[in-house]
Amino acid sequence: MSENPFALWVYLSQSPLLWLTMTLVVYAGADAVSLATERHPLANPVLHSIWIVGLFLMLTGTSYPTYFAGAQFVHFLLGPATVALAVPLYENRKVVLAAILPMLVALVVGSIVAIVSVVVLAEAAGLPRTIVLSLAPKSVTAGVAMGIAESLGADPSLTAVSVILTGIMGVIIVTPLMNRAGITDFRARGFAAGLAAHGIGTARAFQVDAVAGVFSGIAMSLNALVTALLVPLAITLLLR
Amino acid sequence: MIVSFSLILLCQLIGEVFVRGLRLPIPGPVIGLMLLLVLLFARDHFSLLARGPLGDGGVENASRGLLANLSLLFIPAGVGVVQKLDLLAEHGIAIVLILAISVVLTLLATVATFLVVSRLMARASEKP
Repeated sequence: MSENPFALWVYLSQSPLLWLTMTLVVYAGADAVSLATERHPLANPVLHSIWIVGLFLMLTGTSYPTYFAGAQFVHFLLGPATVALAVPLYENRKVVLAAILPMLVALVVGSIVAIVSVVVLAEAAGLPRTIVLSLAPKSVTAGVAMGIAESLGADPSLTAVSVILTGIMGVIIVTPLMNRAGITDFRARGFAAGLAAHGIGTARAFQVDAVAGVFSGIAMSLNALVTALLVPLAITLLLR
Repeated sequence: MIVSFSLILLCQLIGEVFVRGLRLPIPGPVIGLMLLLVLLFARDHFSLLARGPLGDGGVENASRGLLANLSLLFIPAGVGVVQKLDLLAEHGIAIVLILAISVVLTLLATVATFLVVSRLMARASEKP
């Protein structure tokens, strides 16, 4: 094998091991940088990991399905991680129960704004119908949003991209926006972050404040439920 | 650790079976979340349940471990952007602008509603 390094590359580039390892190593590096910059929003580890891995795939001419064969083991954990949100919810039950009414009202309002704003804007910009449908569920966590897109006959992979873009922009904007608006209630800030920017917002919220993280996680899981019900309804009302 | 992770997977599995079986438009893991929550509450009332993954903070630690690295889990789906570069070259600016405006509107609407309702509640409880 040592006589032909290319043969080794061909072998490794087709095996899940290389791509799984790369995903973890690049993330560990990006996370270390994020930590070193005291979690600056622009040093978001998801953002930087994605372009580094993506660039590497393009430079080596590796297809996304080949990469995903390795990375799927990480992707799979999105489901268990959603279930695991029960634990912070349980541990903070007193804070949560005390704010149940504001949460439910904010959930309905926020979810409607998230869906309607994106559909109306995309229609106004004259984007093709498949793109409009693929963007509609962008505020919920990737696994759920892709399921919604599939049931609408939209493009699930474009949905995944718009979900991640939304999450990244949400976490870059949320802290300066909330500080400028003078909002100091971390329950409200976290809830908004989780509703608008799903798991990426929740990951960020846990870094800022534990209570914000819990409310963000609740918003994310409740919004997955509400959006799954509202998107088909909104599409029927707005587009047909 | 293995037992705790099994309990999480079992909740998700039951959630998926439930959702598919009844053809509900709800993601399976969300039902799994509710199930685990019910189990945690049930444990406080029935000491019989407080063993295995539900005793000694087993499932709590496993969950915290998963949630501590939540960001990592979005990378495989995000890298999917490499498949959509031609589409992004054509409509990318419009898509990014729309998503940015929408996320700001969503954040503001949500936070404002939350604060208004919690203030109304506080005022209502002040004057009974």
